[in-house]
Amino acid sequence: MVSADFGISLLSTHGTGKQGMVHHNRLIENQAPAGNAIVVKGLIKSFKRLKVLDGIDFVVKQGTVLALLGPNGAGKTTTVHILGTLLLPDGGKALINGLDVVKEANRVRSLIGLTGQYAALDEYLTGTENLHMIGRLYRLSHRDIKRRTRELLELFDLVEASNRAVKTYSGGMRRRLDLAVSLIASPPIIFLDEPTTGLDPRSRLIMWNIIKQLVSSGTTILLTTQDMDEADNLADRIVVINGGKIIAEGTADELKQRIGSERLEITVSEASNFDEAKKVVDEDGLHVDSKRRTLSVVTKGGVHQLKQVLSNLDEAGINVESVSFRSPTLDDVFLTLTGHTTEQSKGETKAQQEG
Amino acid sequence: MEKPSSFTTDKQTEKHSKFFWTLSDSWTLTKRSVKHITRNLDQLFSVALFPMMFFLLFRYVFGGAIDTGNISYVNYLVAGIFVQMLAFGANYTTMNLAVDLQRGIVNRFRSLPIARSALIVGHVAADLVRNIVSGLIVIGVSFLVGFQPVAGPTDWVLVFGLAILFSLAISWISAIMGLLVKSIEAAQWTGFIVIFPLTFVSGAFVPTETMPDALRFFAENQPLTHVIEAIRGWLVGTPIGNSGWLAFAWCTGIIIVAMPVATWLFRRKTLQ
Ligand SMILES: Nc1ncnc2c1ncn2[C@@H]1O[C@H](COP(=O)(O)OP(=O)(O)OP(=O)(O)O)[C@@H](O)[C@H]1O
Ligand SMILES: [Mg+2]
Repeated sequence: MVSADFGISLLSTHGTGKQGMVHHNRLIENQAPAGNAIVVKGLIKSFKRLKVLDGIDFVVKQGTVLALLGPNGAGKTTTVHILGTLLLPDGGKALINGLDVVKEANRVRSLIGLTGQYAALDEYLTGTENLHMIGRLYRLSHRDIKRRTRELLELFDLVEASNRAVKTYSGGMRRRLDLAVSLIASPPIIFLDEPTTGLDPRSRLIMWNIIKQLVSSGTTILLTTQDMDEADNLADRIVVINGGKIIAEGTADELKQRIGSERLEITVSEASNFDEAKKVVDEDGLHVDSKRRTLSVVTKGGVHQLKQVLSNLDEAGINVESVSFRSPTLDDVFLTLTGHTTEQSKGETKAQQEG
Repeated sequence: MEKPSSFTTDKQTEKHSKFFWTLSDSWTLTKRSVKHITRNLDQLFSVALFPMMFFLLFRYVFGGAIDTGNISYVNYLVAGIFVQMLAFGANYTTMNLAVDLQRGIVNRFRSLPIARSALIVGHVAADLVRNIVSGLIVIGVSFLVGFQPVAGPTDWVLVFGLAILFSLAISWISAIMGLLVKSIEAAQWTGFIVIFPLTFVSGAFVPTETMPDALRFFAENQPLTHVIEAIRGWLVGTPIGNSGWLAFAWCTGIIIVAMPVATWLFRRKTLQ
């Protein structure tokens, strides 16, 4: 079982300033601007003629979480791969603890753990064997490997499955093992590419808890997500990217100030005129989804606003099917920031590329 | 010093020389690939079964029509079957490397601070282990169908020494193919289109004398023929000529060239 308190001591203790972490202290000294674990400047990457990253800049302070939020094809994985020394950038710079990811790739590799979008596990080996193998490739001692494997299997609720081949694991178990493998050497910096995509709500919560534990023990995390709620929950700062460009950046609160923290959503019944309804609900930051026949607005007046909107609709003879309050989604972020949905913006970037 | 909680000593990786770690990485990944053999018995079976089929086919179906002079056809055939089996077995590196490159796991290996050649070494070494097992099976079965070697202890040592070197040479070439192919399907057939002609246009199954001139010239001078002639000579006492040292020279030469090429290709391929 995964208990509520994972025991922070199980995770790494980076950034606590303890003596004895020779390796780590040396790295802190190496950092040019103190406190920045990740520095990205003007990152550019193209595949053939397709420009995938078009000048990305951001920094991640040591011990904090940055979420890269963006729709499919935004360039999230590409960014993570460049930072993880898997891809060479065409231009710009990326530093991990002050070390250049291109010129000092091997030193960077011993500082990072990378959990990719798709599980990077050996299907024929068992969970334990996967952990042992990667631990040894990280050049830990056999004793540390054994101890760490035991701890991680427990932390990730994989003890029972530990002697089974990974090919018999469920998607959620794979994801957890994949993250566990990235943590075997307790790297001070971790990249998580869509860590909760495809997980059920319970596994998702487990993952969130583990991520929070990691951060509280001093690890720096860069995660990508398509889920505003996840970014809000986990990240100290959020960078919204689309088509290889940053379109917004800030704390969750700052972003919410721009997009509204909660939305009132109204579903118009089939029988009523949807266009008419749009005209009636002419409030701040109206987002329209004609497929689902929903209208959503930023909440402000609470019950008063709700009453007002509903009575306006009633007067116009429009039937309301349901009313709900919900937190903003990635689509809301996009509609507010760019004026179109993620789907539309994808179509547009395609058109631009083809043109 | 006071013992701090759980993980403070973690990042203290073991201190060893670079050479030590290159060996250690290779060993770790060899263990992985060897475990694959036992978890995925299909490969081991097909490596051992395929030549067995050929063996029985040639021994009992075509064998009667093939004139091998003053030794029996079984005695002639064993070296050819043995070398063909080694070649196909050593070719699994192409497949297994291509599979690794297609799957996410290669990204894991690449994000680790390990020796770049280690993954290839792992596959090559596993092929060797698999070949040793299937080689013993093939030799064992050949005794059952009438194989009567005249080899002494030195001859057997030479046979196994060359077999190992040959397996390594083919595996390193296979590694290059595995790095060049674009898909797993392509990896499956490249081995066949390279190894089939090489084993058939050789003295593996029939004496080369009856082949047309151009083919015969190729058959008599390509490396597989030297390996087969040498092994046959040591096993059943047929004349070896220059094939003995030529076989060793070819295999060594191939390894010396293919190893750095494969490592370089791996580096290049995995960093775009
Ligand atoms: N190896 C490649 N060759 C060609 N194009 C590529 C390659 N890798 C990525 N791309 C393209 O680059 C763009 C950005 O891809 P990337 O994987 O970074 O997006 P992403 O934000 O991670 O999307 P997703 O949410 O779908 O994972 C996409 O248009 C993709 O097709
Ligand atoms: Mg992605």
